[in-house]
Amino acid sequence: MAFHLRRDTARLLALISPSLTWLVVFFLLPLLIVFAISFGQRGPYGGIRWDLTLANYARLLDPLYLRIFARTLAISLATTGISLLIGYPMAFFIATRPRRWRNGLLILLTIPFWTNFLVRTYAWLLILRDNGLINLFWTGAVHTTIQQLAAWFPLPWWDELLRATAEPLRLFGTDGAVILGLVYGWLPDMVLPCYAAVERLDPRLVEAAQDLYANRVRAFWRVVFPLTRSGIIVGSILVFVPCVGAYVTPDLLGGARTMMIGNVIYSQFMMVRDYPFGSALSFVLMALMLMGTMIYFRLGAEEERRLA
Amino acid sequence: MPEYAVELRGVSKSFGPVVAVHDVTLAVREGEFFALLGPSGCGKTTTLRLIAGFEQPTSGEIYIAGQPQREIPPYRRPVNTVFQNYALFPHMTVYENVAFGLQMQRVPRAEIRRRVEEALEMVRLPGLEDRRPRELSGGQQQRVALARALVNRPRVLLLDEPLGALDQKLRKAMQLELKALQHRVGITFIYVTHDQEEALTMSDRIAVMNQGRVLQVGTPEEVYERPADRFVADFIGETNLLEGLVTEVQADRATVRVNGTLTLQVGATEGIATGQAVAVAIRPEKIALHSQPPGPYAIPGVVHEVVYSGADIRYLVRLTDQTLIQVRLQNMGNGSTPHFPREERVYLTWRPDAARLLTA
Repeated sequence: MAFHLRRDTARLLALISPSLTWLVVFFLLPLLIVFAISFGQRGPYGGIRWDLTLANYARLLDPLYLRIFARTLAISLATTGISLLIGYPMAFFIATRPRRWRNGLLILLTIPFWTNFLVRTYAWLLILRDNGLINLFWTGAVHTTIQQLAAWFPLPWWDELLRATAEPLRLFGTDGAVILGLVYGWLPDMVLPCYAAVERLDPRLVEAAQDLYANRVRAFWRVVFPLTRSGIIVGSILVFVPCVGAYVTPDLLGGARTMMIGNVIYSQFMMVRDYPFGSALSFVLMALMLMGTMIYFRLGAEEERRLA
Repeated sequence: MPEYAVELRGVSKSFGPVVAVHDVTLAVREGEFFALLGPSGCGKTTTLRLIAGFEQPTSGEIYIAGQPQREIPPYRRPVNTVFQNYALFPHMTVYENVAFGLQMQRVPRAEIRRRVEEALEMVRLPGLEDRRPRELSGGQQQRVALARALVNRPRVLLLDEPLGALDQKLRKAMQLELKALQHRVGITFIYVTHDQEEALTMSDRIAVMNQGRVLQVGTPEEVYERPADRFVADFIGETNLLEGLVTEVQADRATVRVNGTLTLQVGATEGIATGQAVAVAIRPEKIALHSQPPGPYAIPGVVHEVVYSGADIRYLVRLTDQTLIQVRLQNMGNGSTPHFPREERVYLTWRPDAARLLTA
């Protein structure tokens, strides 16, 4: 027995050693390096001086950075919530189509991913900026239409509308633009796990609930929602985690005012060349995400355990 | 006029070009154990789903306790369903499953507790309240599904192949238990099954369906002894169907010529005319075998195959025109059942009223 156990363990080790090596060399070691650097100090020309200090972590408590952390969290939560509100019904829609349609619809959902992420975010920039597509329409067609309407039917509120449409809408550089970009980017990551959960749901359970006097709303909350919760949890993590670390989207769509923590880290490494502070930021961000994800997974695991 | 628990008047249901249920008219009496019997795809489950309200009829009207059900959603109908494979809620305990319907009807908590316990006792499943469906055996899940439906004291209980997933032995036991339970609670049962034996054993009346139509409604004895057509005769029990032409009709007897060579005497049904194409249906157990011709009407044949199957012995007899006839003799005990070896010459007889003339 012991012999077999040892041999099985050896075989298991052999099987996982490639991925284990990969993780150690390319993830764990760099992580340790980052962790070590976060206790160093910035050298005069951007290098690292190995005088160990906790100053980098103390600096994180500066309200400036706390605000950015808070904004990052708020934007990520908003993105996750909006993705869920759009993605969950979408998953339902796809899962309730005839079987031959479903794969096609899922492929449609992923088609935007065939284009480079940067290019797609630039496209949003072209749509949202002051002289972008939306504002061309707003200050052009909408403005002229109102001018003409005002000429035909003089009504008191035209003036205000004319003034409003004379100026471009402030879309670019807002939190809203960043959230829009993030939702656009990560929505499929919400839809796919939700779809998997909804597709697994036995439609007869909904019928059983209705047979037992539950109307559609109550059948949803008592049967459909609890049985698809695992999909919601996985989808939320898959959207939330990349949002917290987002860099490209807030950089392109948020302008200078809407900074997220990813942008701060970028600037610390690439512009300020303060590696130790950048490392401390990275490390705290990662620790926070790890904690959040674990709590969330715990919730999911609880549910799985209840089902098993 | 008798009060019907459920009534279907000219109900049809199409799914696109497919007609699943075609012009079905049925009346199920209060307190009756009523079976919808037919092969898979005959429309019996769709009929049940129409009564439950999961489907809306394309045409026709359904009445439950005299009330038309058009546009009434399933959650407002006084019926409950025991689903095929049970459809128990996997995320709820046995107690929560059974309490679900009462909670939805906003029954007070104390009463829910009392009625759930009562229901679990009724299906002989107390003490498992905190288990989850996955921790139960098939038979136990079946009982939970029953309790979950019965706890609501529905006007009508709809059962969709409820014993289909159980093994043979458990199935037999549950058949009797279900029947006893129905007697005790006095609720109308509408029972969908493809198992003719199950339908015969349990039902007060049976509706035999095929290809979306109801072919015959009657007591088990009626559908077995006096099948309305070839399909019913063949589907319920085993039957020898001999196609032929009526050559002569006397007062209560018809003479039928089968395959041009064989002449049979059969008790005539009404409206039989000379020259009509008919089928003679005769059950295997109603045929007697003799080694010597007992009279002028005995039909000669040769034993083609013998199958010993415990309770009875089955023979396949080849008639002179090569038609094969099934015969079933009860196994009365060692030596007392006449034994006919293969290729032995035998003579078949049956009472004239045992065979039945079918025109449809």
